Amino acid sequence: MKHALALAATLCAAPALADEIWVSNEKDDTLSVIDIETLEVVRTIEVGERPRGITFSKDYSVLYICASDSDAVQVMDPETGEILHDLPSGEDPEQFVLHPNNRHLYIANEDDAITTVVDTETREVIAQIDVGIEPEGMAVSPDGKIAITTSETTNMAHWIDTETRELFANTLVDSRPRHAEFIKGGSELWVSSEIGGTITVFDVATQAEKAKINFDVKGVHPDRVQPVGFEFSAEEATAFVALGPSNHVAAVNPETYEVEEYILVGRRVWHMEFNADRSLLFTTNGVSGDVTVIDVASREPVKTIKVGRFPWGAAFRP
Amino acid sequence: MKAALTALRAIVIREALRFVRQRSRFVAALVRPLVWLVVFAAGFRAALGLSITPPYQTYITYEIYIVPGLCGMILLFNGMQSSLSLVYDREMGSMRLLLTSPLPRWWLLICRLLASTVISVLQVYTFLIVAALYGIDFPLMGYLYALPALIVGGVMLGALGLALSSTIKQLENFAGVMNFVIFPMFFLSSALYPLWKMAESSVLLRDICAANPFTDAVELIRFALYGAFNAPALGWTVLAGAVFIGLALWGYDPARGMKRQKG
Repeated sequence: MKHALALAATLCAAPALADEIWVSNEKDDTLSVIDIETLEVVRTIEVGERPRGITFSKDYSVLYICASDSDAVQVMDPETGEILHDLPSGEDPEQFVLHPNNRHLYIANEDDAITTVVDTETREVIAQIDVGIEPEGMAVSPDGKIAITTSETTNMAHWIDTETRELFANTLVDSRPRHAEFIKGGSELWVSSEIGGTITVFDVATQAEKAKINFDVKGVHPDRVQPVGFEFSAEEATAFVALGPSNHVAAVNPETYEVEEYILVGRRVWHMEFNADRSLLFTTNGVSGDVTVIDVASREPVKTIKVGRFPWGAAFRP
Repeated sequence: MKAALTALRAIVIREALRFVRQRSRFVAALVRPLVWLVVFAAGFRAALGLSITPPYQTYITYEIYIVPGLCGMILLFNGMQSSLSLVYDREMGSMRLLLTSPLPRWWLLICRLLASTVISVLQVYTFLIVAALYGIDFPLMGYLYALPALIVGGVMLGALGLALSSTIKQLENFAGVMNFVIFPMFFLSSALYPLWKMAESSVLLRDICAANPFTDAVELIRFALYGAFNAPALGWTVLAGAVFIGLALWGYDPARGMKRQKG
């Protein structure tokens, strides 16, 4: 019954215009473009070396790509697939986040222990902020006032004031923080810890720890349960957390902080992206080299689509 | 024609009554696949989903993979069980009574085959209901599409049982059937592991599994449960069924059969 509903929901959810999910393939140096209607790869585009984080500008006119081994953030015209220019990014950019002003890109430079702020219009570095060792996760609050960098080795979330571009707080989290997101209108910050196997929830006003979410996938050794990327469904009703080599995505209730369900996907799931109405979730499964599509309403995986080697990041484009 | 249908009805009812009255047989038929599902499959649950092979569109747990194979297991065991009861009938004399009917012998045997298939299919659906309660369900239409697949598979395996029963003289010899037919057929098939997994250990093993008609029956059911059609599996199952029916009719041929009885 659940399957039938899932299938029906998937068919109903298919929009008239072909929306796309863009996926970066870390080992192939390519991007795979998935047509959301047909759930098939329609384009593969070559990019710089080791593409990881990808994000579109707010108007979807350009795509920013962290080409980690090219030490550059590439700017692509998504229509033609052409690289327009590179942005100065500092060494080994891994993840970034676009400020709500659609202009400033906050980039985590994994090898340099800094966060670089780049102006995408003037193409200049406007600030470099010292953070912990191996910065990775990046987030900006909805009002644009706070930026977060998580450092994998220092095991901290660094709170950056975007006006002064200085750190105003550092909070400890569990081992190897990978991803950060603001929710509830920017009043809460979630940080995932890959080795610690947890998500730490902070109260943004006080920077105090508010809750900790633990995961326990039946039949999987706890060491393999490694939360990395996470995304929130429409109206933040459910948080979907990618649990790395446990090959499962957890559905978490953001009110109770309880895990409600575990969904089987491909091997070593890291990041995720939704379609326009957030009815479908696309997970990047690094080791198995594919993307699993989850029907959000039924929480059932409906299809797994082969992409390039080691898919890493994903971004939606209408 | 009317007499033929009366015979069919009588034989189906007799089998159904026998099945209903032997409650332990019903429970055993249900418990066997459930033990595999709950105990055996649980051990293989693990983190890894099975690689994606048609008809699956995404990764699945082992528990989901094994269910169509267990449906096949019910058909296989039931097919053999009915052959066992044929041997019993023969020992008790009711077989002789049945075969002295004025209706053609082939028709009586087909009736017997259909009766055992009806019982098998009922058992499979009972198992599928329990599996759904356990949390392993299929698309709603899949349950409907599975019906013809289960009938074809059930007839093929029932015919095998019928053909075997013509060669077994005594009830005691049934253990041989168990060891030399049921187990190899079940284990050397795609019921428990996908064929690509078999190929990892031995290509020969994979080829044996691929040649096993039980594999085709299981794949036919597997595809049908997801609303998909597997033409080669249907072709091979029907072909194997026709061969087994031919062998059964030959085995129960009066001239030949009686000679064997005397011998």
